[in-house]
Parts: sequence; C-alpha cells; structure tokens
Amino acid sequence: MTAFDEMDLGPAALQTQSGQSQAGQSQSQAASSVRAPYRDYKRWLDAAPADMLDRRRQEADLLFRRLGITFAVYGEGGDTERLIPFDIVPRIISAKEWKRLRRGLKQRVKALNAFLDDIYHKREILRAGTIPEDLILRNAAYVNHMRDVTIARQTYTHIAGIDLVRTAENEFYVLEDNCRTPSGVSYMLENREAMMRLFPDLFAQVRVAPVGHYPDALLQTLRDSAPPHCESEPTVALLTPGVYNSAYFEHVFLAEQMGIELVEGGDLTVKDDIVYMRTVGGLKRVDVLYRRLDDDFLDPKVFRKDSMIGIPGIFNAYKAGNITLANAVGTGVADDKSIYPYVPDMVRFYLGEEPLLANVPTYVLRRPDDLKYTLEHLDELVVKEVHGSGGYGMLVGPKSSKAEIESFRVKIVAKPEAYIAQPTLALSTCPTFVESGIAPRHVDLRPFVLSGETMRVVPGGLTRVALREGSLVVNSSQGGGTKDTWVLEEDEADDIKAGEDD
Amino acid sequence: MLSRAADNLYWLNRYVERAEAMSRILGVAHRMSMQSTHGGTRNDEWEAALIIAGCDKSFALHGGPATRRAVIDFLAFAPDNPSSIHACLKAGRENARAMRAQITSEAWESINAAWLEMRTFSMAKVEADGFSSFFDWVRERSQLFRGVAEGTMQRDDAYRFMRLGTLLERADSTARILDVKYHVLLPSPGDIGGAVDYYQWGALLRSVSAFRIYRQIYRDSIRPLKVAELLVLREDFPRSLHACFAEIVSILQYLRESYRRDYPSVRLAESMLLKLRYDDIESIFTRGLHEYLTNLIDTNIELGAAIARDFMQPN
Repeated sequence: MTAFDEMDLGPAALQTQSGQSQAGQSQSQAASSVRAPYRDYKRWLDAAPADMLDRRRQEADLLFRRLGITFAVYGEGGDTERLIPFDIVPRIISAKEWKRLRRGLKQRVKALNAFLDDIYHKREILRAGTIPEDLILRNAAYVNHMRDVTIARQTYTHIAGIDLVRTAENEFYVLEDNCRTPSGVSYMLENREAMMRLFPDLFAQVRVAPVGHYPDALLQTLRDSAPPHCESEPTVALLTPGVYNSAYFEHVFLAEQMGIELVEGGDLTVKDDIVYMRTVGGLKRVDVLYRRLDDDFLDPKVFRKDSMIGIPGIFNAYKAGNITLANAVGTGVADDKSIYPYVPDMVRFYLGEEPLLANVPTYVLRRPDDLKYTLEHLDELVVKEVHGSGGYGMLVGPKSSKAEIESFRVKIVAKPEAYIAQPTLALSTCPTFVESGIAPRHVDLRPFVLSGETMRVVPGGLTRVALREGSLVVNSSQGGGTKDTWVLEEDEADDIKAGEDD
Repeated sequence: MLSRAADNLYWLNRYVERAEAMSRILGVAHRMSMQSTHGGTRNDEWEAALIIAGCDKSFALHGGPATRRAVIDFLAFAPDNPSSIHACLKAGRENARAMRAQITSEAWESINAAWLEMRTFSMAKVEADGFSSFFDWVRERSQLFRGVAEGTMQRDDAYRFMRLGTLLERADSTARILDVKYHVLLPSPGDIGGAVDYYQWGALLRSVSAFRIYRQIYRDSIRPLKVAELLVLREDFPRSLHACFAEIVSILQYLRESYRRDYPSVRLAESMLLKLRYDDIESIFTRGLHEYLTNLIDTNIELGAAIARDFMQPN
C-alpha cells in the first residue's frame, strides 16, 4: 500500500478518511504523485536497502528501551510506566505550510490571552454580547479569585499547546486548545534526538528545521515574564507534583535542559508574600515558577484544602505581584469545550482580524437552530458533553446503534446547554511503519506556542499517530504513538530557522 | 542546591554505608562465633552485633533468643527493620531514584543493580550458599557504588553531601564497633594477651579492614590500646574517627566559604576534630574509653542534626 494523504497530491486523498479511495491506484501512479515535502524523503527511502527500516526500528526500540529506563521510574517489580510507541517514519510539513500555520497559531494564542485578561478585568467581550455572560461566569473553570488580579505582561497562557488536524493542503483545523499545563514537548525533543541518531545520513539530505532550542526559548519566555520588581536576572524554577506524576520525566528533562531547579511544594515557602525555595545556602527568592501543578492543588489556603503538594500562601504572593506563575491561574476557562466554539469570535473581537486557523464546525446546542439541526442529524455527528473529558459522555453517531442514539437524544433534550456537536472530519493520514510495512495511519499535531516579550513557536511539535488501522484515536492510552515532526527549511533566501519572525 | 536534594543525597550515602557497616558487623560476629573459645555463651557475639547495630531494642520486641539465624535474618533481611541491609539498600535506591538528575547514570545504575540483586537474596539462599560470600557481596556493592560516584561525579555540592553522608555514618559505625567490642572483650583493663585476645581483636580489626594496616603501623602483637588508637586517632586510617572528621570539616568549611553563612554545624565539627587531633590514647584510657566513645557517638548524632538544621531545613 502506498497511498497516503500526507504524502500524495491526489485530490481524492484529501476528501477521504484513510486513503481508501486510492486503494486501487497503481504503485507507480502513487509514487509519481508524492507530495512535495516528502519528495526528498521518498527518494532516500527508495534508495535504501529493503530491510533497512526494519533494522532501524529494532535500533529505535533498543534506544528507547534504554531511555525508557530513565522514563520508567515507578514500581517495585516490573516498571509500570509504559513507553509510548515511537514511529520511525517522520511526519513532514513544508516550509510554506508551516509559515502559514505558525501565523495562525500566534494569532489564536494572542486572542486567547487577550480573552483571559478581558474576562478577569473589563469583560468587554461579555458586555458586547459576543459570548454569553453566564457561559463564562458560571463556568467551573472560571476562577473568581483571579478577578482584577494584575499579572506581568497580562500574559496568561505562556505555554499553549494547540491540537490540530490537517485535512488538506493548508487546511488545518484546531481540535482543542490547551492553555493550562500542556505536556508532550519532551517527546518532540526526544523523538528528534532519536531520529538524528538513527538516520544521520537522512538529515544530511533533507533540510529539517531544528527544534533543539525549545528549552532556550522556554527559559527566555519565562524570564521575560518576571514580575516588574525583578531587576537582576530572575530566578526561575519548575514546580512538579512529584515523582508519581505521569509527566515527571518531562519535568526532570525540561528543568535539566533549562538549568533551573526542579522543585516540589515542600521545597517552597512563603514569607511576607514572597516565595522562597529552601537551598543549602539558605532561602532563595523565586521570581518565576513554571508550574506543572493544577490550579486546584496550588495553594491549600485558597483552593483545595486537602492539597499536600501545594504551597500555602503562594496565591497571596501571586496577587501581590511578587511572583509570576506560568501558566497563570484560571486559564482553564479558555480551553473549556463550551468556550471553544467562540475562539474564532475572540480573534475577530480582540485583533480585528479574520482567524487564520479554523475551528472544527461546532453546533452549540444551547442555540435553538443548532439543537434542531443536531437532533435531525445525530447519526452523522459526534456529540460531546462540554465539561466531560477522556471520551466520557460522548456519542459517536456513525458508530452508534439506533437504540444508543435514541437514549442519547433524551439526554440532549433534557439539558441541551450541556452539549456541543461536531461532524466527523476527513483526517489526513501519514505513512507509518507497522507490522505489515509502511501503511497509512491517522495523525494529529500539537505545536507549542510560547508567549513572552515576543511569541515563539519552535518549528515542529508533537505528532501523535493512531497506530491501529482505521482508528482516529491518537491517545497513548488507546494505542496511540508518536512521530518526529519535520518542518522543512526553505531556501537560503527565506530561512525560518528561528521561527520567531513574522 | 535544593535542601531536599542535599538531604536525599546525604541519606543515600548514609544508607549505603550503613548496609556496608551492617555486613561488616555481621561478618565479624560470624567469624568470632566460629572460633568462640572465651567464657561467654555462644550467643554473646550475636547480642553484641545487635548492640553495635543499635538494633538490640527493636530485636527484643520481636521476641526470641539472639541466635545466629535470628540475628542475621533481622539485621540483613527484615524489611521492617529500618537498619537492615535490605531496608538500607532499598531506601538508598529510592533516594537515588528521586535524585536521578543529580547523580551520574553510572552511579544510579550501580545502586539500582545492587537493589535489584539484593531482592534475589533470602535467608534460605544465603544459608545454603554461605554467609561470608553474602557479606562480602554487600561490602563490595557499597564500595563499587562509592567508587563509581568518586570516579564519575562532578565535585559539586551534590557530591559533597554524599560524602558527608558516608563519613558521618562511618564515624558512627567505627565508634560503635570499638565501644561494644571493647566492652565485650575487655571487662577489666590490664587483662590482655593470650590466644583468645589475638583472635577476637584480630577479628575486630578485620571487620574494619584494618588487620594489615595495624601490622604495618605498629609491627607489634595486637594490643587493645593500639587498636583503639588506630580506630580513633590515626588520621591515615580511612575508617578512623580522625580521618572521617578531617574530611567532614574540610567539606563543611568549603560550604561555609561558598555560601558565606555562619553554620553552627561547622563549628561543632571543628571542635570535634580539634579533640581528635590533640588527644592521646593514654589519657583517653585513663579517663575511660567507653565514656570517650559515648561522647563521640552523641556528638556525632548532634552534628547530624545540626547539618540537617543548617542545610536541609532553612527557615
């Protein structure tokens, strides 16, 4: 099988879900229509010996098992931490496509930050009626304590992970915004590291934009965000929930790469609204905390009283402007499913621009028209509970029985405002090395957008792949894996290496 | 460096050193019990081992007599005895795991491998294969870990706190071994000489790897006074209290210089070192070795607490 939407130019591939329409196409035809970004890669692949990929996969397994010893830190007997499968075929994006995408990402995150600042201060977007007031103010993710709190640079989501799917050339849809504590960036870096070790010759032939400077960009972003009082070099630390957190490896990795302390709640103490870490040289003031701990657990004096991993008093220090938390408290309201349909409106409202990145068309069932349409087309739509996550409280119309649809219909009618509905998308696929050889599998993409003094997007991101044939689910808990994401470099004249222009 | 990291690394090495000390204590008891010709009952050695290890009270709670089997099981394998070799290697490995980013991967692999292999040992297996080889294995794993750390780690604060852990634990262990053995072996001063003494004191020297060193330095038969001098006052014997404190003081003084703070623990360690440097063994015996050693052990515990206050619990 050689038909891949990501690789092919054939228009049919862009319409279908998995390249099935091209199953009958001959090999030579498919080969002649390799999509431009994959051309160099394909040439290299064709020249390589037949068993090369298989050998490299075995090497990759070894490499990751060795790294896996570093990842798998739990457990007495067997190592309980599972490795996320890694696919050795890269996902390739052209320089031109990336440039456009990056502009869209920056635009979207800029709007999300403006929105957060607005709803915790002037609330202009609510007064303008662009977003219904109760949707924000009665949202469980809206943090009342943040009302009128001034924070450095008015930046709320310093690190955002935007989940995208590609359906056609230059056609990306945003699936989800992650404005709280998005993870996965360590895979972006480790995957590239692994690919460079496995295929050094390939990197000599294909010009791939580097991602290795992400930790530097992140550190710079965090330093940019220091409170204004901070005159000398700000002290930055990374706060982890601890060794039992599933992303602990990433916390260790990033702290190490940035050369900052990895702290736990117990390492920090607050005196007179100033946050210190306990070091062998005494108490040391912390200016910026890259916290990978949820709002709820941050301060037992303000949020969950039973939090043993938080820092009592840190929220007051934050309100007093003595420390920057990245991301800010209360960003969850921006990535809530009920808010998602309004993000394009935010772009128009705050920036006066047309959104460059589209949302997946979404029916908001609190709107009578949308409700009516949805109830008539339940068998074609995916219906999601707005506050649900992880696939709970969800109806996948095309894959559900009549009885399931009817029982869900009752739930929707009883409480329409609790649901949104979306059509199933024609996701593109990417060549992936599976048991039977190279075959198409569905992918998504999470680039990371950093907001400091400037906005920074490292050219790449985390590509997740649904390893099961036909599956659309990329979550690692359900048979998903990862790939290295290559953004090709443009010709010398128009280099996008740093990814910071525009 | 973070206080928690210093604390973890300090205890990592204390645990490893404690496992080694335990294997030495058990080794010497095992050896002595095989050649026990002195007046006491055959369980004397094992009771002494419990006292040196500071586990006599917790052992008593378990009930039963201090037989060879019971004591080895308790000091080597009992998971609920926090000082057992099993518990020490486990705790050491846990600490190392939490500090993966602070130690070299070689050091981590060394302690991790030690713990993984420890889990394959059991009382039944060790009884069948011979105790000595197990005790040797523990000592070697500890030495290997220390050697790997010494050979791979940057000389930074992480390494310094690891060394402090080793040295405090070692000073404690040497003082205890000497105190208890002296007590058991020599009820009344002046009662020296004879074959029993030779084997008993010889076993004590062997337990701290000092048999040959003693011969080299003193070129004499084994005399309690000289054994005590070697273990307490000689700076060139690496397990002596003097050698341990000389290095403890130099590390603490370095930390004081680099953080430019006044740490009470540094002064306490300095005063101990002064005593060890200027005391002579005759006057120590005149005043009473037991009192002297008890005082050292107490001060050492105090020093541990002072280091914790100064570096690990700043306010």
